Amino acid sequence: MDAMPKWADVVLIPLISLILAATLSALVILAIGESPVEALNLMVKGALGSTYGWGYTLYYATNFIFTGLAVSIAFHARMFNIGGEGQAMVGGLGVALICLYIPWPHWSLALLGGTIAAALFGAAWAAIPAFLQAKRGSHIVITTIMFNFIAAAMLNYLLIGALKPKGSMEPATGKFPEATHLPSFQDMFSFGETALFRGAPANVSFFVAILACIAVWALIWKTKLGYEIRAFGHSDTAAKYAGISPTKIIMISMMISGGLAGMMAINNVQGEAERLVLNAVEGAGFIGIAVALMGRSHPFGVFLAALLFGFLYQGGAELALWTKIPREMIVVIQALVILFTGALDDMVRVPLERVFLALRRRKGGAA
Amino acid sequence: MTTAPAIELKGISKSFGPVHANKDISIRVMPGTIHGIIGENGAGKSTLMSILYGFYKADAGEIFISGQKTAIPDSQAAIAAGIGMVFQHFKLVENFTVLENVVLGAEDSGLLRPSLARARRELKALADEYELNVDPDAVVEDIGVGMQQRVEILKALYRRADILILDEPTGVLTPAEADHLFRILENLKREGKTIILITHKLREIMDATDTVSVMRRGEMTATVKTSETSPQKLAELMVGRKVLLQVEKAPAQVGKVILDVKNLNVTDEKGVHRVKEVNFNVRAGEILGIAGVSGNGQSELLEVLGGYEKGTGTITVNGQTIDLTGAKSDGRSRRERGIAHVPEDRQREGLIMDYHAWENVAFGYHHDPKYQRGMFMDNAAIKADTLEKMERFDVRPPDPRLAAKSFSGGNQQKIVLAREIERNPDLLLIGQPTRGVDIGAIEFIHQQIVALRDQGKAILLVSVELEEILALSDRIAVMFDGRIMGERLPQDTNEQELGMMMAGMNKGEAA
Repeated sequence: MDAMPKWADVVLIPLISLILAATLSALVILAIGESPVEALNLMVKGALGSTYGWGYTLYYATNFIFTGLAVSIAFHARMFNIGGEGQAMVGGLGVALICLYIPWPHWSLALLGGTIAAALFGAAWAAIPAFLQAKRGSHIVITTIMFNFIAAAMLNYLLIGALKPKGSMEPATGKFPEATHLPSFQDMFSFGETALFRGAPANVSFFVAILACIAVWALIWKTKLGYEIRAFGHSDTAAKYAGISPTKIIMISMMISGGLAGMMAINNVQGEAERLVLNAVEGAGFIGIAVALMGRSHPFGVFLAALLFGFLYQGGAELALWTKIPREMIVVIQALVILFTGALDDMVRVPLERVFLALRRRKGGAA
Repeated sequence: MTTAPAIELKGISKSFGPVHANKDISIRVMPGTIHGIIGENGAGKSTLMSILYGFYKADAGEIFISGQKTAIPDSQAAIAAGIGMVFQHFKLVENFTVLENVVLGAEDSGLLRPSLARARRELKALADEYELNVDPDAVVEDIGVGMQQRVEILKALYRRADILILDEPTGVLTPAEADHLFRILENLKREGKTIILITHKLREIMDATDTVSVMRRGEMTATVKTSETSPQKLAELMVGRKVLLQVEKAPAQVGKVILDVKNLNVTDEKGVHRVKEVNFNVRAGEILGIAGVSGNGQSELLEVLGGYEKGTGTITVNGQTIDLTGAKSDGRSRRERGIAHVPEDRQREGLIMDYHAWENVAFGYHHDPKYQRGMFMDNAAIKADTLEKMERFDVRPPDPRLAAKSFSGGNQQKIVLAREIERNPDLLLIGQPTRGVDIGAIEFIHQQIVALRDQGKAILLVSVELEEILALSDRIAVMFDGRIMGERLPQDTNEQELGMMMAGMNKGEAA
C-alpha cells in the first residue's frame, strides 16, 4: 500500500513546499527592509487584481504551459530535456517564416499553420540530440543544453542577416502581415464600451495551450504510445523485454517534447510580438523545468504550476515597478519555489508520510 | 548447561513503517554449533541478521554475546564483538588481490607492507587449519565465485570472528563447491566457531545444521534440533500449512519439434562470447530443463530466444525461421510467433514495478486488438481481463489497481505467469520460475508449468536450482561456459553427475 493518499501527494506536498518557499521569501524581503505583507499585496493586486494583470499572468502562463508540458513528456521517458529554450527559439523561427512568406487569408488558418510550423521546427531541433542519445549514447542533458547555444547563435545570424528587413537597424524580422495577427483577449472579451484585458498580451493561443494539456494527458495515459513511453521511463530493461524499441521511444518522446516547446512561439512570437526578435524566449524554456517538476509531470499539475509561475512573473514585474525591491528579487523567489518543490521534495515528503502512517496506525488500532 | 550461549537474542522487534519485519524474536545459539535459520522470502531472516550485524537498530530487544549484554550500533561494533558476516552478494574489491581484500579496513597502520606481511602469514595458517586454500596474490576478478566466497570467510576470520553468519551462501555455487563450503563450515565448528546459516533450501538445513529456527512473517515459529525434524515438517512450519514438496506429473506425451536451435552463438556488447555453438530442440508436450551455474550463458540464450539480444545461427519455431538480428528480432515479433517468455528477473524485465497490475498484464501484449478502443487503449477491458487472470492464478490480493511493487515475490511471479501462460503460447520460455518465491507459491507455479506441458506445449526451463530442474524436466541439458555439456534424462542421472557437468567436467568426454 502507498504510504499516503494520492491527494496528499499531488496537492498537499506542493502546497506545503510553496508555503515554505513563501515564508523564506518573506524573510528575505524583510531582510532588505521592505514589508513582505505589502509586497504580497502588490503582487496579488498587480497580477490578479485587474483584467490587465490577468492578461499578463495568463500570457506568461501560456508560455510555461507549453514548455512545462515539453519537459513533462520527456520526463515520462526519463529523458531530461533542458533544451526547451532552444527548441522554443527555433519554433519561433518556424512561425516567423510561415507568417512572413505565406499569404494567409485568415488568422485562424495562420494560427493552424503557425502551430504546425512551430511544432515541426521545435521537434526537428530536438531530434538531433535525441538521435545522438539513441544511437551514440551522448547524454541528452549535455546535448540539449549545447543546442540551446547553437539555436541562439543561429537566430542571431539570421536576424542580423537574411531575416532583417533592408535598412532596419534592429536584429529582428519585419512585422508579420495583418492577417496573421492573433486575436488578443482584449479583442475577444471586450463587449461594447468596457474594454477588458486592455493592452495585455494574452491571446487565443492560451486556449491552444489548454488543448495541448488535454492532448498530452490523453497521449500519456490513454494511448499505446504513452504506455510505451512510461514503460521505457520506468524500466528500459523491461521495455526491451516487451519489444519496445528504445530508439523509437527516445526519438518520439523527444520530438513531441521539442514540438511542444516550439509551440510556445505561437504565443510569444505570433501572438504578442508579431515579429521575431532576438532572445524572444526569455528563459521560459528553463522555467518549464520548474513547472514540470512542480506539476509532477502531470498536465493538470503543469497547468496549475504554469499559472503560479505566470503570477510570480507578472507580480514580480509589479514589485520592481512600485517598490525598491529589485527585479532580481523575484528570481530569488522563483528559485526558492523551485528549490522547495523540486529539489527538496523529500524534505516535506518523508515527515508527511510518517504523519500519515501514524494516523493510519491509530485508526487501525481503534477499528 | 553451564556455558553461556554464543549469541542470545531476546525480544527483538523491528518495523519498517507498517511492516513488522521482526516480532519479538528470541533465539539462543550455543558455541561450536551450526544453527540454521530458514524461512520464506520476506519472513524477516535478513532483517534479523542485519540487526545482529549493526545495519539496523532494533526497535526493542537485547543482544547477548557469550552471556554479555552487547549493543551493536554499527558493523564496527559487530566485528569487535567477534561477529563476521558473509553476504549473499560478496563485498570484495574486484581489482584487488585476495590479500589486499582481506586487509582492507583492518590495516595495522598507515603503512601497508607490514599489514600485508602479517596477513600473508595468518592466511597461510588459516588455510592449513580449515581447508581454506586461496592464492593470496590472485586478483579477485580472476577467481571463481566459490573461491571469492572463501575470501569472504577469510576476511571474517582474519578479523577474529568467532561467530560467522552466512546469508544464502550456496546460491551461486555448484553442488561440488557447496559441498566444499560445508566441509569448511564443519572444520570451523570443530574449532569452536559458531555458525549461523541463513537459507531457504531445506536440504542444506538437514545436511549441515545442528539446530534450526523457522521464521514466518517476522515471527520465530519454532526452534528445533535438526535431527528431530524432517524437511516436510520444516516446510509446513515455514508456510503454515501442508505443502507438496514433490511435483506430481504424468509421463510426457511428446509431439513434434517446436523449437529447434542450431549453431547458436551470442556475443554480448562487451565482446564476450556468451553462447557457443549451441544445439538443442524442444518438442511439444515436454519440458527441457537447462541446468547450470548462473552466468554460463543461460541468460543470453533466453534473451536471444525472447528477442532482445542478437545472435547468429538458426532458430526455428514450428518449422519457421525466426529473425535473430534484423527488424523482426524483438519481443513483439516473438510474441506474434507464439513464444511467451517469463524472464529470469521479473523485477527488472518481466514487470514494471511502478505500473499497476493491470498495466503489467497488458505488458508486451499492449498491441493486442482486444485491448484497443479506437485510437486509445481500452483500459477498462484490460482491468477486467486482469481481474479474471488474477483470480485464475490466485494472485493475492486480486486488485488490478495495486502497483506491481506492492505484491510479494510469489504474487508478482504469478502475475507474469498469468500474463504469459494465458496467451496459450506454443513455446514458453521460463527463467528461474521460483527465484525469490515462497514455498506455497512454488508448488502452484510448478503445477501451472506442468499443466501447460500436458496441454502439448513446448517448455524451455532455465533454472540454477538443480532440484527444480530434476523435479520438472523431461530432459535436462547442462550449460557450462556457453556450451551445452550434454543432455541427460532425469531418471538416468543424479545431482552428482549434473554437478560435475555444471563444473565443466564431462565423463563421456574424458580423454
